[in-house]
Amino acid sequence: MDVIETISIARDSLLSNRMRSLLTMLGVIIGVAAVIMLVSIGEGARKYIQKELGELGSNILVVVPGKTAKEGGMHMGTSAVRKLLYSDALLIEKRSSNVLHAVPVIVGTSWIKHAGKSRDTYVVGVNEDYFDIRNLKIAVGRGINTSDVDSSRRVCVLGTTVKDEVLGEANPLGASVTIGDSKYRVIGVMQKKGVALGFDIDDVVFIPTTTSKELFDTDRLFNITIKIKSPDVILDAKKDIKDILIKKHANKEDFTILSQDEMIAVMGKILNIMTSVLAGIAAISLIVGGIGIMNIMLVSVRERTREIGIRKALGAKNRDILFQFLVEAVTLSILGGICGTIVGGSLSLIIPYFIEFLPTELVWWAIILSFFFSAAVGVFFGVYPARKASLLHPIVALRYE
Amino acid sequence: MLIRLIDIKKSYSLPKVTIDVLRGINLEVSGGEFVAIMGRSGSGKSTLLNVIGCLDRLTSGSYFFMDIDVSLKTDNELAELRNRQIGFVFQNFNLLPRLNAWKNVEIPLIYSGVSAKERKGLSMEMLERVGLLDRADHKPSELSGGEQQRVAIARALVNRPVIVLADEPTGNLDTRSNHEIMDIFGKLNKEGVTIIIVTHEEDIASKTQRTITIKDGVCFSGCY
Ligand SMILES: Nc1ncnc2c1ncn2[C@@H]1O[C@H](COP(=O)(O)OP(=O)(O)OP(=O)(O)O)[C@@H](O)[C@H]1O
Ligand SMILES: [Mg+2]
Repeated sequence: MDVIETISIARDSLLSNRMRSLLTMLGVIIGVAAVIMLVSIGEGARKYIQKELGELGSNILVVVPGKTAKEGGMHMGTSAVRKLLYSDALLIEKRSSNVLHAVPVIVGTSWIKHAGKSRDTYVVGVNEDYFDIRNLKIAVGRGINTSDVDSSRRVCVLGTTVKDEVLGEANPLGASVTIGDSKYRVIGVMQKKGVALGFDIDDVVFIPTTTSKELFDTDRLFNITIKIKSPDVILDAKKDIKDILIKKHANKEDFTILSQDEMIAVMGKILNIMTSVLAGIAAISLIVGGIGIMNIMLVSVRERTREIGIRKALGAKNRDILFQFLVEAVTLSILGGICGTIVGGSLSLIIPYFIEFLPTELVWWAIILSFFFSAAVGVFFGVYPARKASLLHPIVALRYE
Repeated sequence: MLIRLIDIKKSYSLPKVTIDVLRGINLEVSGGEFVAIMGRSGSGKSTLLNVIGCLDRLTSGSYFFMDIDVSLKTDNELAELRNRQIGFVFQNFNLLPRLNAWKNVEIPLIYSGVSAKERKGLSMEMLERVGLLDRADHKPSELSGGEQQRVAIARALVNRPVIVLADEPTGNLDTRSNHEIMDIFGKLNKEGVTIIIVTHEEDIASKTQRTITIKDGVCFSGCY
């Protein structure tokens, strides 16, 4: 029995039950579309982070508290016995000839208030070098300078979101806002960077790092952001920093030094895990779609018991019947896979136009993978009903009412 | 000898009882014969015909079809045998309702591997023989009972079988259609095709050369 005939029998049978075929396919369509969409979102996030971290430049190192067992692992900030201290940053800048600047960064949250309006947001304590290192641009006014830091001035630079929420249209420069219990003078407003991955990077307030020490009453740093002399001395600089900090921390390596490449690798790892988990969950819905196919095929076999009997009486072999039903199941799943690819692909492409913080990146391997997976689902869930059909006894099938 | 049944027994095991339907039948049919099988309802006529048609297996005894011991054949080999040597005609026609007349007729050709182009020609030829060329594109639901049975006969003949087995082919039809069907069988038999026909009607049986009577699962007369 030839392939074309088998396919045309399957086609006739599916067309004669259009609505049912469509609903059955829907399960696979949703599964495949979900896999493709989630992988696209994960991939988009990875591209975005790569770009963002890439902009840091390769002459930046970041020291974070806590030591992970593996090189390049993620720091959780809680495991360290000893934290990074303000004095650590000063020591690094003073001792290492390969380091240009070492900025002690303190991060906390606090309420910002002005004329009855308020906002709970991140307050970041930095010094005059930080804006240059992180390539942050000031739109209005000025950034934090050396004398602000030296004399712990109560001045602040606002992110655009904070400025819009708290000050509104009022002229920001010279305005007085309350952070914690004290009054601060606004000296500048950042350039807008936008929302990314659900995190509003404009929703921050910068204050001098010395001031933040007093505000949060702490010596503990969020990180030390370091600019080295040139990318060529990155290994020397890392060694310097390590030696200096180990010595200062009583011979304990309770910190991690991350370069741009390592940060990209770390974030990439996290995103990979996230994407795999999400795609895995979506794949489960694909399996549910497969069960739908199996269900409908069992109904179809039952409905067509007589047809099976007739075909067997006329000379159909077991494998002819097996293939007939298997091809039908696989056709359902492959058509579902194609439709799901189109739906998932188009959604992935238009999502960024509607949800600005969800960048997406359509990847070909996800399309190919989910397509083959859906075909496999069709075979896997089609075999049982098809086998059941093929093993029917001709007389029993012919007598079936 | 085309068909040789030796002490054929067939019983069905139900949960509580075992029903012995055929209880030792000896029967021979040679090529080219036109035979009727008669007997009361429930006497085992259909069961016997299914055994002869290699659709069902025996409980005991031996069956030689064209001198082949059928019990030694696999299911697939029997399917091939049915496909090429045996044509079935059923009381309720058993056409596939979704397919039109010629698509129904071509089914045996599909399973014997004839190409699509040849299939259509051969199917049309058979429909012409049963006088239904103008109904080739009709679905079974658009045909009368007699026409449906003639389509079924065309289907039974399309692979040029050596034997046609018909289980009460006229049971659901009026007298006129009866005559048409019996005429076709008569002509076919003259061309050398063996025909076995199960019937309740005396005048149908009278048109055949030999009548076998089954009673309580054994042969009452005509079995030699
Ligand atoms: N699958 C089965 N399981 C159990 N008993 C069966 C089965 N098939 C047939 N029988 C029994 O076998 C007996 C013979 O059945 P069969 O269909 O051969 O009769 P028949 O002579 O063709 O009758 P009719 O003239 O009414 O068609 C019946 O009593 C029937 O109940
Ligand atoms: Mg019967």
